[in-house]
Amino acid sequence: MPAPLPSASVRHRRMSRLVNIGIPYLWLGLFFLLPFAIVLQISLAEPALAQPPYTALWQWVDEGLLRIEINLRNFMMVAQDDLYLSALLNSLQVAVICTLLCLLLGYPMAYAIATAPERWRITLLMLIVLPFWTSFLIRVYAWIGILKPNGLLNDALIWLGLIDTPLAILHTQTAVYIGVVYSYLPFMILPLYANLTRLDPSLLEAAADLGCRPMRAFLRVTLPLSMAGIVAGSMLVFIPVVGEFVIPDLLGGPESLMVGKLLWSEFFSNKDWPLASALAILLLALLVVPFVMMQRLQQRMEGSRP
Amino acid sequence: MRRRRWPLLTLLAFGYAFLYVPILLLIIYSFNESRLVTVWTGFSTKWYGELLRNRQLLDAAWLSVRIAAVNATLAVVLGTLAANALVRHRNFRGRTGFELLLTAPLVMPDVIIGLSLLLLFVAMQQTIGWPGGRGFTTITIAHVTFSMAYVAVVVRARLSQMDRSLEEAAMDLGARPLRVYLTITLPLIAPALFSGWLLAFTLSLDDLVIASFVAGPGSTTLPMVIYSSVRMGVSPQINALATIIVAVVTLAVVIAGILMRRGREVR
Repeated sequence: MPAPLPSASVRHRRMSRLVNIGIPYLWLGLFFLLPFAIVLQISLAEPALAQPPYTALWQWVDEGLLRIEINLRNFMMVAQDDLYLSALLNSLQVAVICTLLCLLLGYPMAYAIATAPERWRITLLMLIVLPFWTSFLIRVYAWIGILKPNGLLNDALIWLGLIDTPLAILHTQTAVYIGVVYSYLPFMILPLYANLTRLDPSLLEAAADLGCRPMRAFLRVTLPLSMAGIVAGSMLVFIPVVGEFVIPDLLGGPESLMVGKLLWSEFFSNKDWPLASALAILLLALLVVPFVMMQRLQQRMEGSRP
Repeated sequence: MRRRRWPLLTLLAFGYAFLYVPILLLIIYSFNESRLVTVWTGFSTKWYGELLRNRQLLDAAWLSVRIAAVNATLAVVLGTLAANALVRHRNFRGRTGFELLLTAPLVMPDVIIGLSLLLLFVAMQQTIGWPGGRGFTTITIAHVTFSMAYVAVVVRARLSQMDRSLEEAAMDLGARPLRVYLTITLPLIAPALFSGWLLAFTLSLDDLVIASFVAGPGSTTLPMVIYSSVRMGVSPQINALATIIVAVVTLAVVIAGILMRRGREVR
């Protein structure tokens, strides 16, 4: 840009700044950030038989007398009751195991697509994204028909003579693992693919010229260079899965209780809004660290991009 | 440097089978005559007929489509503004916070977004009397809040790769910045706006959890109807619905692919 800016341009720039930054900021501040403050406030309230079903945190009792009541019982209950703790731990366990499974299946797939002939890549990638565009709910539903006792999987296994009596898979933790990996696999593959296609192939050629075996070259060159993709993909799977509701609700059983489902039933069945809010606050606190990690990584990658 | 690729290709084939076999089975069994979804008794299209006579489901689908369309349009506007901010205004105060706010909705669990927005709407109703009831408006606001973040990702990628020489040429010829943006920049990023719109549309059409929290008693969206019927057990009508959705999506993707290829050839 020329050094002395004409005033019209300055005015335009100021206007553009106001519109482009101000409007989205305002929307997200009002409908994304502010609600968390209200959740925190209500997690400290008491459930009540009223409309809405919680007590006010503060009220003017008399002229100049403000009564503030902070109720910590919701958090104490969550800390003391085994149900809530085991649901939180189980959610973390499901998220960790499913992230690893997605990585185990997704990394080779992303690698195969990234190293496929160029004319095939777009189609192969399209085929990864396509299921994502069809209804998530219906794709989870598809697994009920496959996994149930007289479902297609058991029928096939019996027909093959591998088992005599149907396996109980639906409404177990295994079914939750299958459903989560199935639904979240594209979220792992896409960032890994983006990362692996940017990899400079001359590095691998140099390693091969220096006598490095392919497996070793992969472990020493490709894998470390794709770390950013691994972390990004893992966070895109891990963070939402911790709070997943639909999959544990439709495919899981009593022993696979997860915090998202618990929050749902506290809210919709027990109408205990303060307790549901306390669970949301705890879930949020749990996810802050992985989220900040993801954000840092993203910014670092942008900084290093030419 | 030719390596043996068959283990990798086997795994790739397995991965695609894993992604597609459940969908294929849904489609096959939507043409099954029996009510028992997994026992094949004969070819029939009767479930499609029943689906078309299911008033509750059709009403819900119409509501969902309207919400999705309004949501997608608003999300494209807001998401594009946010992308402009991130690409065109490199350094501004609060940029980190801005980026944080734009990334968080991508990964935030649905139960948290749904609960927190409902509590906001209830609190707003108590203090300023708006929104009067919960339904179309509240669901749309909730959907815009998370889908604008997805649109921003798509538009931002396109905007930062864009060749700016055309814009500069127009500026040199004396065009006003707003005019340059509307006549040069927007047409250049149109494919991203289009795919952002489609993405926001499907995200909205697909959402069960957030809509369940912020919907009022009178507003039932399509995923809510699917969910309650799935909870009752497997239903062949849902298979028929799944087949229709898959057919529409595949058609849209193929058409978009052809259009994009043609656009590239013209250029």
